[in-house]
Amino acid sequence: MEPLLAILVGAMVAAAIYLMLDRNLLRFLFGLILISNAANMTIFAAGRLTPERPPLVPVGAKAPLTDVANALPQALVLTAIVIGFGLFAFALVLALRAYDNLGTLDTSEMRLAEPRSENDT
Amino acid sequence: MSWLLILPILIPFCTAIPAFFAGGNAQLSARISLAGSAIGLVAALVLFCQVHDQGVIAGQMSGWAAPFGITLVADMLSAIMVVITAITGLAVAIYALGEIDDNQSELGYHALFQILLAGVTGAFLTGDLFNLYVWFEVMLIASFGLLIMGGRAEQIDGAVKYVALNLVSTILFVSGVGLLYGETGTLNMADLSRAVAEHPDQGMMVLISLLFMIAFGVKSAVFPLFFWLPASYHTPSFAVSAVFAGLLTKVGVYALIRSFTLIFTSDPGITHTILLWVAGFTMVTGVLGAAAQSDFRKVLSFHIISQIGYMVLGLALMTPLALVGSVFYLVHHIIVKANLFLIAGISEKLTGGSNLYKIGGLYGAAPLLAALFLIPAFSLAGFPPLSGFWAKYILVKASLDTQAWLIAGTALVVGLFTIFSMTKIWAEAFWKEHPDEITPEPPMDGTALWPRYAAVIFLALLTVAIGLVPQPFLELAETASAQLLDPSAYIAAVLGEPVEAAQ
Repeated sequence: MEPLLAILVGAMVAAAIYLMLDRNLLRFLFGLILISNAANMTIFAAGRLTPERPPLVPVGAKAPLTDVANALPQALVLTAIVIGFGLFAFALVLALRAYDNLGTLDTSEMRLAEPRSENDT
Repeated sequence: MSWLLILPILIPFCTAIPAFFAGGNAQLSARISLAGSAIGLVAALVLFCQVHDQGVIAGQMSGWAAPFGITLVADMLSAIMVVITAITGLAVAIYALGEIDDNQSELGYHALFQILLAGVTGAFLTGDLFNLYVWFEVMLIASFGLLIMGGRAEQIDGAVKYVALNLVSTILFVSGVGLLYGETGTLNMADLSRAVAEHPDQGMMVLISLLFMIAFGVKSAVFPLFFWLPASYHTPSFAVSAVFAGLLTKVGVYALIRSFTLIFTSDPGITHTILLWVAGFTMVTGVLGAAAQSDFRKVLSFHIISQIGYMVLGLALMTPLALVGSVFYLVHHIIVKANLFLIAGISEKLTGGSNLYKIGGLYGAAPLLAALFLIPAFSLAGFPPLSGFWAKYILVKASLDTQAWLIAGTALVVGLFTIFSMTKIWAEAFWKEHPDEITPEPPMDGTALWPRYAAVIFLALLTVAIGLVPQPFLELAETASAQLLDPSAYIAAVLGEPVEAAQ
């Protein structure tokens, strides 16, 4: 299972980097959401995969009887997903505002804050 | 004990709520923010005194024993940083009384500002790596809001670059956290200190440490990862860019110092050598970039980068004296840099612009401002007897002590170029006549300038005080440096073992 996940993460990162190298801001953002999910998968896989053994304590026992899945990485992933989602929502609205205000999504055309020549200001 | 640790984080959060609901009334909201910042400073000072008297203090949130729960811990470095954050917060809150208008206040400036302070303070106090990530995000999302507030096209443009590069850094950080947890099974920084040192596969640890180095490197704007900073820092309002300039990159430097003194110390031949080269290139590229700029705040932005190089230099050398230099530099730099951005704000208000070639005549119109500019500007360049002199002197001495001639020479030459930039601002903005042959004068719309001057004077006095009486500050930096080099007290405080047993 782990090698499969590793290959998946690798493919996601490769696709994400391809998208992030694009000049179009929207494609960059798609790459960003892809790579952030690749990071989440990394954390998930780093916590070891223990299928079909939920971390539950049977009634009457004080600890799980066998080895169970590690719940902590999943809590970390959950936190990272929520934070990543919030940040991504912000970034999307920012892209929309950039298109409204600057009239382009081509990042190499966005030179208002750093004009090529200082005389442009 | 843990109340002391959590108050500096809790107070800004609690201030943010009424400040947000009072947002429609700019004066009221600003006063709430000011009061909150003042109380926050008191809480920070109380915490500082405790750490000064008792050494490292740690608290476990909700009583979960370390390393399973979330730990807050304050050693000398954390305590110093929390105090300096509160001081900067107070100064900017005073300044904001004069700058932030009804519109910005209604958009939630004061609330976001307080949340930013909470995020920065949280990052300084946390003892857990994943928790550090969360504080980074709190800080980041508040800074996004502050950066685009007002929504001018220039701000949006700057924000696109700021947001994009910071999100990439965030993802690298969280991947590093995941991998480190997978390898060691813990995220408590004190526990990691042992786990990483005892890990059988040191090559893997170095690899993960480089992931952290890149992530924190983007946050602290070191070469070659700094491009988001000069693209965005000159676009928001001055009260925003001052707090960014003072605090945000320094959180990255703090994270670098913390992780590369406490956690990743097993192979300094690789990690600290890279840091040394990074430090050198950061100093040089920053100062050369500044020389090419003509906007008041862009010059200052590039100087932030250049100065970050000095702080990383101290970490890279890893000698007791070098770390003293880094800590001292952090404190000096936050005060001076925030102050220079605030002065740029007053200058813009008086002259109506920030392009150095299109303004002038400030010396004649506002001699007080001119005098106040000279203090942080000369301090930045390292003139005795101001704070920057001592900071640079310690770092250069530390590099000479380790026979690092090249880096010592670089640090000195970069200091020289800093004088060049400061002289340029002085000559263009203050000394020469205004190119339109008008005399800069206070704005006609009746905005009071006194809160801005009060903030600038407050910070300038601190710079002079550190410069004239450096001894107590040096002693604090020495304590911090000693705790960084020998983290046994830190580890013992967090993991709840007596100090003797750990030694």
